[in-house]
Order: sequence, then structure tokens, then C-alpha cells
Amino acid sequence: MRKRPEPMQVVKERRDSALAALVAGVPYIQFLNITFDRRGDELTSVLNFDEQIIGNPMLPAIHGGVTAAFLETTAIIQLGWQELWQEIEGGDATVPDSLPRLPKTIDFTVDYLRSGLPRDAYARARVNRSGRRYASVHVEAWQDNRSRLFAQATGHFLMPSDAELTE
Amino acid sequence: MSDDIRAQVARQFIESIPHARALGMSFVEIGQGVAELSMPYDSRLIGDPATGVVHGGAISTLMDTCSGAAVMAHPANPRSTATLDLRIDYMRAATPGQALVARAECYHVTRTVAFVRAVAMDDDRDNPVAAATGAFTIEPARTGA
Repeated sequence: MRKRPEPMQVVKERRDSALAALVAGVPYIQFLNITFDRRGDELTSVLNFDEQIIGNPMLPAIHGGVTAAFLETTAIIQLGWQELWQEIEGGDATVPDSLPRLPKTIDFTVDYLRSGLPRDAYARARVNRSGRRYASVHVEAWQDNRSRLFAQATGHFLMPSDAELTE
Repeated sequence: MSDDIRAQVARQFIESIPHARALGMSFVEIGQGVAELSMPYDSRLIGDPATGVVHGGAISTLMDTCSGAAVMAHPANPRSTATLDLRIDYMRAATPGQALVARAECYHVTRTVAFVRAVAMDDDRDNPVAAATGAFTIEPARTGA
């Protein structure tokens, strides 16, 4: 007989607490006030606007470095979240004792399409390839319209299991 | 424009940036198309809590700011600049507790675009933490009219 589905709150609580634990450990994510919205396994990261992320006070516009950091963080958390999702949703559905170590950035290329306006920004990452050692991720960021990107980026990452071997 | 005034303009350009102030950036050197910026170690910038290593994003920000300063300090006298594209290679983890210094050189400009190379270093100067190459816009200097 088919197993009864788990109560919704149990599923939600497990996923939300796993995501919160993954993000809470990184001080720089708190410093930039980046938060994550989750719908099922899909993540949207939010760069909550603050005056201190301004890079050009004349326009004003968000600092290009902050935009790069926001995109890079989105890519890293997406990769970490995919690993974590496998662990918490595959098989026995238990939250592991220790969180997966986050991947390390090898290189990151940011394409600035328009200036970042002084308001919240959003980003989603797509993992184009995730092998045992390397991953390639594309990230898109927008503000008012999902189809009008203000920045996009591609990066390569060293997966944590192999990253540890190189230390 | 004299070198002194250009250096002063570039310095003001950086010091007026709220996010550069938030990260505690300060000038080490500024010259013709060259800039060197320092950023102190700060626990708020940690990307890997297990080791205390600074997040790559903070290093990107330092190199982006430094590159922009190098463009502003170029003899072409741009009125302003913005990043078009920036590629960063992370060669190794920055040593926890040490300040980071970025050095950028604007090695070529056209009427509309500036090309920049940058490196980021900790105390071990011969072994860079990261390298960057970027293209920046050039907003032409106002020539009266």
C-alpha cells in the first residue's frame, strides 16, 4: 500500500529550517541582508535595499561589487541547497546533523546590463552542470521586471568534497 | 588637470561611495591610471564560518572599487565610470585576520571604454588571493558648451 503523505507542516518545517541553517552560518550574507524565498525546491534570493549598498551616490545606484557578491552568494547557496535537498528529501527525510560545506568559487564573470536602482533586487541561479568536482552556474538578477535583467553572471565552483582534498 | 588634482578627484570619488565606507576601504596609492586600495579584516565579511575566510563577494567589491578608481585616475579624465563586465579568478583563500590590498591598472582606454586588470593580495604579496579583468564605461569629461 502507498505510504500516506507527511502532514504539510512537517514538510514545510523541515525544508525551511534546513534552508535557514544553511544561510544563517554565513556572516557576510547577514551583512548584505540577503534573504531567501523558497517555493518547493526553487529559491529566489532577495537583496534587501539599504543605503550602505550604494556605489554611486549621484545616480544613485547599487555598488557593482555588491551586485557581484549578491549573484555569487545566490549561486553558492543554490549549489549548497541542492545538496541539502537530496539529503533531507531523499529516502528517510531527516535533517542531517551537519550541514554540507559550501562550494568554493573558482571564477565568476559578471555582466552588468543596467544600473541597480535603489530598491530590492532578486536573483535566481540555474545549475548548468554539477559534476563530482566542478559545477557551472548561471545567475540572473532583476528588480522591477523579471524579464529586464540588471545583471547576470556565470561562475565555476569547486564542490566541497573535492575542495577539502585540496586544502 | 594636474596629477595632484586628479588624485584628489579620484580619492573623493571613492570616499563618497557609501559601500566603500561600509567596508572601511582606504587609499594606499593613486596615480595615472593606477590605484591601490586597502580593506581591513572584518568578521562581518566572513564567508566560511568554519575557517574565518572572507567571502569572495567582499574581495570582488574591493577589486571593483579599485578598478573604478584606476579608471577615474586615468589621464583621459572621465567624468564618471561604471562597470560593464568583471571577471574574477579566485586563486586561494585570503588568510583570516589579514587586511586585503587591491591594485588595479587601467591599461587601455578608448573614447568610450576603459580596460582594467586588478589583483588582490593579503600579507603574502607574491602570492595573490584573486585576480580580475574588467571593462568599464567612460563618461566623457564635460568640455564646456
